[in-house]
Amino acid sequence: MSRLMKYLSLIAAAVVVLLPLVTIFLTSLKTPEEMAGGQTLALPRDWTNFSNYRTAFDKGNMLPAFANTAIILLFSISGTILIGTMAAYAIDRFRFRFRKLVVSLFLVATLVPGVTTQVATFQVVDALGLFNTRWAPILLYMGTDIVAIYIFLQFMRGIPVSLDEAARIDGASSFKIYRSVILPLLKPAIATVVIIKGITVYNDFYIPFLYMPSEDLGVISTSLFRFKGPFGAHWEVISAGAILVILPTLVIFLALQRFIYNGFTAGATK
Amino acid sequence: MTSRPAAGGFFAAMAKRRPQLTAWLYLAAALALLITFTYVPVASMIWYSFTNWDGVSPDPQFVGWSNYGQLFSRPELFQVFFVSLYYLVASFVQIVLALYFAVVLSFSTWFRNLFKGVLFFPYLINGVAVAFIFLYFFRQGGTLDSVLAFFGVHTGQFWLGDPDWVNVSLSGVSVWRFLGLNFVLFLGAIQSIPQELHEAASLDGASRWQVFRHIIAPGIKPVLSLSVILAISGSLSVFEIPYIMTGGSGESLTFVIQTVKLAFQFNKMGLASAAAVVLLAMVLLITWLQRRLVPEERTDLT
Repeated sequence: MSRLMKYLSLIAAAVVVLLPLVTIFLTSLKTPEEMAGGQTLALPRDWTNFSNYRTAFDKGNMLPAFANTAIILLFSISGTILIGTMAAYAIDRFRFRFRKLVVSLFLVATLVPGVTTQVATFQVVDALGLFNTRWAPILLYMGTDIVAIYIFLQFMRGIPVSLDEAARIDGASSFKIYRSVILPLLKPAIATVVIIKGITVYNDFYIPFLYMPSEDLGVISTSLFRFKGPFGAHWEVISAGAILVILPTLVIFLALQRFIYNGFTAGATK
Repeated sequence: MTSRPAAGGFFAAMAKRRPQLTAWLYLAAALALLITFTYVPVASMIWYSFTNWDGVSPDPQFVGWSNYGQLFSRPELFQVFFVSLYYLVASFVQIVLALYFAVVLSFSTWFRNLFKGVLFFPYLINGVAVAFIFLYFFRQGGTLDSVLAFFGVHTGQFWLGDPDWVNVSLSGVSVWRFLGLNFVLFLGAIQSIPQELHEAASLDGASRWQVFRHIIAPGIKPVLSLSVILAISGSLSVFEIPYIMTGGSGESLTFVIQTVKLAFQFNKMGLASAAAVVLLAMVLLITWLQRRLVPEERTDLT
């Protein structure tokens, strides 16, 4: 009985999760005429009708959107890794004055929810002349990722200091130690940060929406958001756009499942 | 000549201090970004909150506590807190469900990984896509109505248009979207409980409930308290889903949407900053309370 309950509840949950997604997928393959029929749950007549995808991709400016997202991803992830590993290296491997103060500055910042400060962050971004440039999200993603520093810091503790010392005796400079001892050994932590950061940046709407209103600078979130106007009544095109945005996430998820679970667990419990 | 030893001493001191300097060089970029994009905004936000600044004029007037007074005395500004309650209740439902599925899936189950993946995947989906998926789900004759009609139920309900329903529908979307994270956190915590404890319990003939009560529950306490914090601060800072789905119109206006609208549509930068300061203070207070009430066993970071 309890076994039955268990599987029934799991199946019910799976249906609740999948049903909204499946209907969107079905809708994305329908023609406007089929849509007019009003049968939401009906299967599409032609399973290879990709014309909505073509419309979404071309008229919805999805190609430049993916390009902008890719550029922002590339810069913000590599920046986060570089800046984060260097900061963690300084905090973990050096003794300096105000070290405790620096650590608590980072710690307190993790408690400040990003959405609350945007009102004032906007003024800073504007004053720096970054409004409506790709640099605004890139710098904000790099600057607000304290979780990444923590992940690096925690991992770096596990790297024996004797390795640094051995290299120092061989005459290596501190930068050489960072570059050829620490950085290679941090690879698993870097992989974790790439995954969480990648998915967070790919999905973020608030920051690009606030800082890059220009249509040429649309990322996938903001470009998809703009579907609301021109395609307002064309659910088949909006659905195709949504599927186009979800597809890369699904592929990454299926390929990297285990790393993704571990990454988000590490990120949330830091 | 007498200055020589002094100069030598200076250089020796510099050499000694060099590791200090090197450390600051490695920290420079991170600290510069931290200060520019976290501490400067927080400080200026507190300053704006005491002014009547409109966001453009060069000289804002100092107005004392008047923005804060307005925030708590004008009911139309205050009502957003009641909207947060819907999301708060929803996030507790979400925690309970996530806990249930984590416990269930921590025992051997057919298609375990498939169920795990299905429950988690919504968390990874782009928020705009989620919003569109549920606009279609809730629209008249959309997915929900069609499923209900299949079971012979015809409500004619406006799920997003009816002021009594809109927040229920929207917070339901939030459960759908965020359950996966709670679930995976709980599952990870349960699976990190040593297997010997489970074995010892089953040797002693413990029931499933006893296993949960005495073995699983203590093991997930830290993650549970983290989830409660995320639930509270999350329900205060809801933005994306209602903003995209309803534009924050009518009853669905949340605290953050209101703040953004005050700042960027109505140019009430001072009032918006006061709202943001209140939100920040609440989140900090809640986090502080949690740290006091649930002392952490985690290793500290210093």
